[in-house]
Amino acid sequence: MSGRSSPSGSRLAPYLQVAPLAFLMLTMVGIPLVTVVMLSFWEFDGIAVYPAFTWANYAEVLGSPVTLKLFLATLKYALLTLVATTVIGFTCSYFLVFHVRSLKLQIGLFLLCTIPFWTSNVIRMVSWIPFLGREGLFNSMLIQAGLIDRPLDILLYSDFAVVLTYIHLFTLFMIVPIFNSMAKIDSNLIEAARDAGATPAQILWNVIIPLSKTGIALGSIFVVTLVMGDFFVVRVMSGGQSASVVSAMKNNIDQLYYPVASAMAVLLVAVVLLMVTAILRVVDIRSELAR
Amino acid sequence: MTQTTTSRRGLAFYLLAGFFGLFVVFLYGPMLMIFILSFQGPGGGLTFPMRGVSTHWFADLWSSSRYGDLGGAFRRSLALGGLSLVITAVVCLFAGLAFRRRFWGAGPIFYLSIVSLVVPGILLGLGISQLFQLLGFRLGWWLSGLGAHLSWTLPFGLLIMFAVLNRFDGSWEEAARDAGARPWQVLAYVTVPILFPGLIAVALFGFTLSYDEMPRSLLTVGGSNTLPIEISNMTTNVTTPALYAIGTVTSAVSFLVIAAAFLAIAIVQKRRARAKQG
Repeated sequence: MSGRSSPSGSRLAPYLQVAPLAFLMLTMVGIPLVTVVMLSFWEFDGIAVYPAFTWANYAEVLGSPVTLKLFLATLKYALLTLVATTVIGFTCSYFLVFHVRSLKLQIGLFLLCTIPFWTSNVIRMVSWIPFLGREGLFNSMLIQAGLIDRPLDILLYSDFAVVLTYIHLFTLFMIVPIFNSMAKIDSNLIEAARDAGATPAQILWNVIIPLSKTGIALGSIFVVTLVMGDFFVVRVMSGGQSASVVSAMKNNIDQLYYPVASAMAVLLVAVVLLMVTAILRVVDIRSELAR
Repeated sequence: MTQTTTSRRGLAFYLLAGFFGLFVVFLYGPMLMIFILSFQGPGGGLTFPMRGVSTHWFADLWSSSRYGDLGGAFRRSLALGGLSLVITAVVCLFAGLAFRRRFWGAGPIFYLSIVSLVVPGILLGLGISQLFQLLGFRLGWWLSGLGAHLSWTLPFGLLIMFAVLNRFDGSWEEAARDAGARPWQVLAYVTVPILFPGLIAVALFGFTLSYDEMPRSLLTVGGSNTLPIEISNMTTNVTTPALYAIGTVTSAVSFLVIAAAFLAIAIVQKRRARAKQG
């Protein structure tokens, strides 16, 4: 990927070096994905799967009124999470890059934001339960403050809890790329804008935001795909009341309706790819990353 | 990077610092709460107040049979994490080196890695498990499970390897070669030592991502569960602080591994700084 002088040696070397990765990616990603697509066209009689071509699985998924609802619910989660994580991620990165002056402190605080990435998502989700529950900390705080008389039920096991958990889990996927984009901004540019009489707001709007686009786009791709691929958070944190495309797919898998689940998966991936393409249309990530 | 013209902190700084502080509380507060609540007394519940302080729920994890095979799941997850660590570091090192040159198929392999990051984990798990079944192989945590974990750790490792190699000066290798070093000598005495801190980072991702992986494992580990699967089953079945106790245990393992990796990187950097001076 880097344009450095290539080491000499045999022409075969890169093929040997990349062979293990290529083998694992083919057997554990490429062929399994082809298997899912194939399965989505196979016949299913409620008990077993037969290798014969049919559109029936797609007809069943597309013909069901539930499908559209599931997709809309999933998109709603994705958009809410996207907006919140972008605002939080941008603000935190902006603070770290432009307001923290010591490089050591900057790296330290950045790592502080990324450490939870290396811990369990399941546990991080569970950790909201004592806070949001009916007898949780938040409700008792509100009652003590005299703001409410009875505990709020909508805090846990609701769409609110689902989106809050998504924000908690996925904001760091926004911070890391935006931080990277911002750290690359030449401080002379900002200096020049200031000398030309730009207000801080103008600098933010006309210099920093345009130059952080790549980071925002990369982060958006991560957040959208993570939210749209989730089944566990939506199931647990909504208390089983809400569903997303993948959680419905998971139900189909649990009932061994593999072909229908596969058809749903193919449709979901198509929608996700469309969204990713749309993001890439707005921002040319490849050329920006090469800078 | 730094502002040079304004030396006094404005209101904006304090507002932003406050926002950042709140975000850190949001990030760590809930986790801290379950660490505290895992030491809940025997009569205590899932929320505050604490009814005494005890290690009752930790003992309960080991002694009670209610939670399934937690010990076995823990051992399997550690083993998978260790295998992922080694395989991710080695495979990504060589793949990263390969990607410095043009070769046929570089594009497809790179895109396949990105697809693996983007696709829902459970879908990949479905694909792997169905493929194994169509081919007549048995599902096992050490084969299909490990493969599913690698589909998650390798793309991350590859991306980090790219970042690491971007700052690597290939002329060191050239110099070694000119001095008559054989390819394996260049690798062992020049490339790997220089890249070592980056390789630790790749290894850290290899272990932790595998150790905490759940959606891809679900359909691929066969009959024997990993720890994240056991824990996610517990979230719906267990209504005692034992759930928090297992959370504390598994987070402690994660934090130990993270600390070990950071420490190793710091030691290498310090040694280098000293070597440069002396």
